[in-house]
Amino acid sequence: MKLFGYHVPMMTSLILWIALWEILGQSGAALVLPPFSAVVERVFEIVPTPTYLKALAITAEAYLLGNLIAIVVGVPVGVLMGRSVIADRLLLPWVNIFLSAPLSALVPVIMVLFGLGMTTIVLTVVLFAVWIIVLDARAGARGISPSLVEMARSYGATPWQAFSKIYLWAALPEILAGIRLGCIRAVKGVIIGQLLVSIVGFGHLFEIYSSNFLMEHFWALVVTLFIFAFAIAEGLGYLERRVEYYAASRN
Amino acid sequence: MTARARPAIADTPIIEVKNLSKTYEGGVEALNDVSLDVPQGKLTTLLGPSGCGKTTLLKIIAGLIPSTKGEVRVSGRMVTGPGPDRAFVFQDFALMPWATVLRNVAFGLELRGVGREEREAVARRHIAEVGLAGFEHRHPHELSGGMRQRVGLARALAVDADVLLMDEPFSSVDEQTRRKFQEDMLSLLSARGKTVLFVTHSIEEAVYLSDRIVLLSRRPSRVAEVIEPDIRRGDDPEAIRRHPAYLDTVETIWQGLKRYLD
Amino acid sequence: MTEVSPSLGSRDPGASVQRLSGPRRDRAVALASHPLTLRLFTALILFSAWEYAGRVPVSAGFPGFIETMKAMAEMTADGLLVAALLITLQPLALGLAISAVIGIGLGIGMGLSRVAEWLMAPPFIVMQAAPMAALIPLLVFAYGIGLAAKVLTVCIMAMPVIVLNSYLAIRQTPASLIEMGRSFQGSKPQIILKIMLPSASPVIFAGLRLGAAAGFIGAILAELLITPTGIGDLITYNQSIAEYPKMYAAIFSVIALSVLFIEGLGKIEAAIFRREGRRA
Repeated sequence: MKLFGYHVPMMTSLILWIALWEILGQSGAALVLPPFSAVVERVFEIVPTPTYLKALAITAEAYLLGNLIAIVVGVPVGVLMGRSVIADRLLLPWVNIFLSAPLSALVPVIMVLFGLGMTTIVLTVVLFAVWIIVLDARAGARGISPSLVEMARSYGATPWQAFSKIYLWAALPEILAGIRLGCIRAVKGVIIGQLLVSIVGFGHLFEIYSSNFLMEHFWALVVTLFIFAFAIAEGLGYLERRVEYYAASRN
Repeated sequence: MTARARPAIADTPIIEVKNLSKTYEGGVEALNDVSLDVPQGKLTTLLGPSGCGKTTLLKIIAGLIPSTKGEVRVSGRMVTGPGPDRAFVFQDFALMPWATVLRNVAFGLELRGVGREEREAVARRHIAEVGLAGFEHRHPHELSGGMRQRVGLARALAVDADVLLMDEPFSSVDEQTRRKFQEDMLSLLSARGKTVLFVTHSIEEAVYLSDRIVLLSRRPSRVAEVIEPDIRRGDDPEAIRRHPAYLDTVETIWQGLKRYLD
Repeated sequence: MTEVSPSLGSRDPGASVQRLSGPRRDRAVALASHPLTLRLFTALILFSAWEYAGRVPVSAGFPGFIETMKAMAEMTADGLLVAALLITLQPLALGLAISAVIGIGLGIGMGLSRVAEWLMAPPFIVMQAAPMAALIPLLVFAYGIGLAAKVLTVCIMAMPVIVLNSYLAIRQTPASLIEMGRSFQGSKPQIILKIMLPSASPVIFAGLRLGAAAGFIGAILAELLITPTGIGDLITYNQSIAEYPKMYAAIFSVIALSVLFIEGLGKIEAAIFRREGRRA
């Protein structure tokens, strides 16, 4: 946006929103909204505590492990679906169902089966992340230029060579897009999982802060989580743009 | 002086196509009882109206598409799939955008399990031969269309197959580049004694390049005519294009093809 | 999709295909490979696996498919399930309606005005990436444990994607179309109503569908986290008394409902826009 002839970067409006938050908080208009400055103070107070760091470590571990499983399973399945009509017809309806199904309803099932621990959180992350990864890998594999496939065959590629040397790379832009979306969904998954389990990681902290009405603490936690989530989304978006050149040059 | 000696073309065929038919799923009949021989060490062109099934025929010979009826033999062996005796050059180059020129050219050898040093040495030699020395570490998107197809040609040469199958290799290359490329390719191939089967829809290109031209009719294709242009190669290329024999052949083929257009 | 490029599935590409033909066989093949047949087939495999796992049993908390379906039939018969689903649908429908009206309005405004874009886009971009579920406890504090908190839960989950899709849809109207409108001296309202909105509608609709999916997540989460009502109540209550078949039946029914609802939206979307040859 331009203001008085100067270009104003988009994200600067967040400053305005934060200022509004501060004013509302100072005025005491809303009970649940402490001033932003107080929240920032709390951020610096709670982040170095062992409780917070431990929760962060547990969450990061569940998040990374869940994503890793989702990628390792999702990408090959997606590429297979993109290259084989039968696999596609068998699996696509189910992938689509789970992509838009309310997965939060399945978390209680995982809790019953795997208890109130790490496994449940990790599986929740996988459940949230894997479907979009499959679907995007499939789209990438379907978009591979037929002549590249024929090239691989005419030079005698085995199915494994075709997968590892051609399909995976040719579909890479879509695969990365899927992984980025999967990772964003996984952030939501890991928090939803912890909110429901509520004795692990941040879920436990949420429980303590809200039951003791520690609003500043609660907001401090939310703010750090939002920052993490935003940083993950933007960081992956940046990585994705770096391979865009060859997505554009493929055709 | 003739760069390529031109004895009678009746010598040993390396590709034999017998009574080949192809009907696609859904009933589109692409080829109907096609038989032809491709002589060893010569450049043979498949020429026909667009959509006539010439690419289908080439891909069946390459082993990329199964035929419905009939058989293809290369060096006496039945074609049941792609093989190391044939190398394919693609209309849209089929280069891997994520790989350097060097890796693209070496790719056929990489798939065969040739060690990195050896295959890269071979690839470098062929990159130089097609005139791309110095571009080994560039990516395809940094090259022009003509240069990309040179990479495709180098890749096909690097696997040292007896037969090069080329599917309209110059159609995505601009006109000026195309002429230079054609001349380079002729001199490169004549030095090697490779057999080339070449698909094109350009009459001028076919007459200029070929030892033998196989004219295909409209779909379902049959062999309409086989022409062996009587042109001395190795002369000044511009002289060839002005030579009466060249112009006559182009005219004859045009007259022959015209009846397929309406 | 009749002609398919060589796939991983066809290991032996060169082998000449000698198809046994004949009309009867063709019809049998067509029937066997029909998407619906395959879907039923995979459903059969999935449900058999579920049943098998339930009989092994994998865990005491894992009833088989048949047991679950029996519980579902029972709950449907005594009206419990339908009543619960209707209760769950209340905050969902309200929340989605609010999100749709406000979200599309905001998004269109942001797409049309640079100031609105500058002001509103950043918070929604952050919300889109952020785990909004973390705010649910706050909603409870602010609005109590009643309907309001649940409606707002649905709103915060569904709104960001609806807003951003509407905004991007307007912003991405092809410049040539707008120039066409201007060259025919179209007024600003005409260009917005007759060019930009129709051009944006497939993407806006797709945003609604995604918003509905997120809204379902929110509605269920609200019932699990705030106060157990509707389906959430059936899930938590039956879980607490270890009545697992009923718990699974409740989960199955709400997932089935959301899948049908979202597929229905997709069908409507396809019916509207495919006729015009465009897809969201």
